[in-house]
Amino acid sequence: MLRTDGLRLAYPGRTLVDGLSIEFKPGEVWAVLGRNGSGKSTLLHALAALRRPELGSVVLNDTTVGAVPRRALARQIGVLLQEESREFWGSVRDYVLLGRYPHARSPFGWSAEDERIAEREIGAMHLGALGDRAYASLSGGERQRARAAALFAQQPLIYLLDEPLQHLDLPHQVALLERLSGEARNRGAVVVMALHDLLFAARYCGRFLLLFGDGRFSVGPADEALTADNLGELYGFPLTPAEIGGERLFLPARQSEGRPHV
Amino acid sequence: MSRAAGIVALSLIAAISVATGLGAGSVHIPVAKLFSALMQPGNDAISDIVWKLRLPRVLAAFSCGALLALAGALMQVLLRNPLADPYVFGISGGAALGVLFGMLLGLGTFAQTGLGLAGAVLASALVFGLSLRAGNWNPYRLLLTGVVVAAGLNALLSLILVLAPQTAVKGMLYWLMGDLGYAGNPLAALLVLVLLFAAAMPFAPAMNVLALGRMKAQSLGVAVSGIEIVLFCVAAVAAVTAVLVGGTVGFVGLTVPHLVRLIGFADYRWLLPGSVLVGGGFLTLADTVARSAWAPLQFPVGVLTALLGVPILLLLLAGKNKNAAH
Repeated sequence: MLRTDGLRLAYPGRTLVDGLSIEFKPGEVWAVLGRNGSGKSTLLHALAALRRPELGSVVLNDTTVGAVPRRALARQIGVLLQEESREFWGSVRDYVLLGRYPHARSPFGWSAEDERIAEREIGAMHLGALGDRAYASLSGGERQRARAAALFAQQPLIYLLDEPLQHLDLPHQVALLERLSGEARNRGAVVVMALHDLLFAARYCGRFLLLFGDGRFSVGPADEALTADNLGELYGFPLTPAEIGGERLFLPARQSEGRPHV
Repeated sequence: MSRAAGIVALSLIAAISVATGLGAGSVHIPVAKLFSALMQPGNDAISDIVWKLRLPRVLAAFSCGALLALAGALMQVLLRNPLADPYVFGISGGAALGVLFGMLLGLGTFAQTGLGLAGAVLASALVFGLSLRAGNWNPYRLLLTGVVVAAGLNALLSLILVLAPQTAVKGMLYWLMGDLGYAGNPLAALLVLVLLFAAAMPFAPAMNVLALGRMKAQSLGVAVSGIEIVLFCVAAVAAVTAVLVGGTVGFVGLTVPHLVRLIGFADYRWLLPGSVLVGGGFLTLADTVARSAWAPLQFPVGVLTALLGVPILLLLLAGKNKNAAH
């Protein structure tokens, strides 16, 4: 569905990714892991045609993404950016409806179907009571849920998410990840997300892309990519593997004595 | 209140302010006479006053206010900044410099307007050129460059005011504050208003998305670069036209879009027509008060818009703080 061909992403004087050729297949859930500034966001932007790669290309169903008209692309690829402007003066409902923009047929208003879909996604993100509230007045977590609701209202086949769990409380982190894996399972959607949470990455993702921040990367399923050595090198931080209930966890090594034992 | 009903109400208010502007003045014209003079212009004094004096003035005020509000609403979404106004390109400063220079040389109105236009174009080209030179597009840089260039232009304006002969200074100050006394035939401005409004409206749905930032807008299917260029041009032409009609009228472009948002029109499909109606009506009313309340004394309309605009802006900011504290 979506693939990269010899992708090179760089900033002046710094190569983030070089020679990346991977294919994101329907139903796959990917985690992009790496340190701050390692190129996770840059990669997601390139996948969404929000940034021109220095070399190589991103191809969606045999067409370079840059050549697909924006509206047509937005019906296939949905992006949850890490940050966006907060200068939105409308209500939460108005905001979520914007997710329907690439599907809207009339410039004069939303169709009944658009409104029904937006309402459903507002409910799914537990924002039902806040639909009429000003978007700008939401808390950080509520705003993140509204942004997720708008993304689901967009109904893309490819989800690109940059730190989707930020600001969310634990139940909403789980709810969002469950919903995303449901989209992959039931609709055959591709989900690619930049994550910092190794536990959730291991639990919800089947494929991993590790970005070392110097052009190198590694790709693979959990048992290949998620090893203590690999992750230790990735983060430049020692990790200790542990297993609880058949699930592999990685505990960060203590830096000092930490909290005194009582 | 539904949005359509709201727009109808705003249209009514705009119509009432236009009628008030036509009726009020040194000679009071009652509604019935006003109506008959408009419908069947005769050779009497009333028809002359309505058709030759007040209608041009009222239409000039309306189009000037509407253009400023339209430009303000566009600039606020283009720069993703609630405090952006039509003058951030340096358009007002450039135009003022041109017009005042023309006044200093004692040129006629037409030449003054030409110099004002040239000044506005040069200043906005300077601001745009400087902020785009660095390559990647950044609204903050544009805003900051605009502020800095405006400061420089202000210094030059002060210099002209110091050098100008005493007799010319009053006219210059009136122009700087915003004064519709110089407005000539308003048809050109009215035509520009209609054309620009028609040019901007099809992009209203995209503007709603653009408020979320360029990247988010692109990811939702907006061809951002092209639309931004069109809207910047619309905003610039609107601002230049307004300034050439009424001088640098303050606060209309900044406050009117916010006022319309406060009444409940955050969606640009309603915000744009709402801003045009409120901006036009507001400036018409302000100008009517400015020229008739203390007659025969005539105040520059800019004094009134600022006097009314400042408290509105302060209330707005107080409300915004409450929101932020939430």
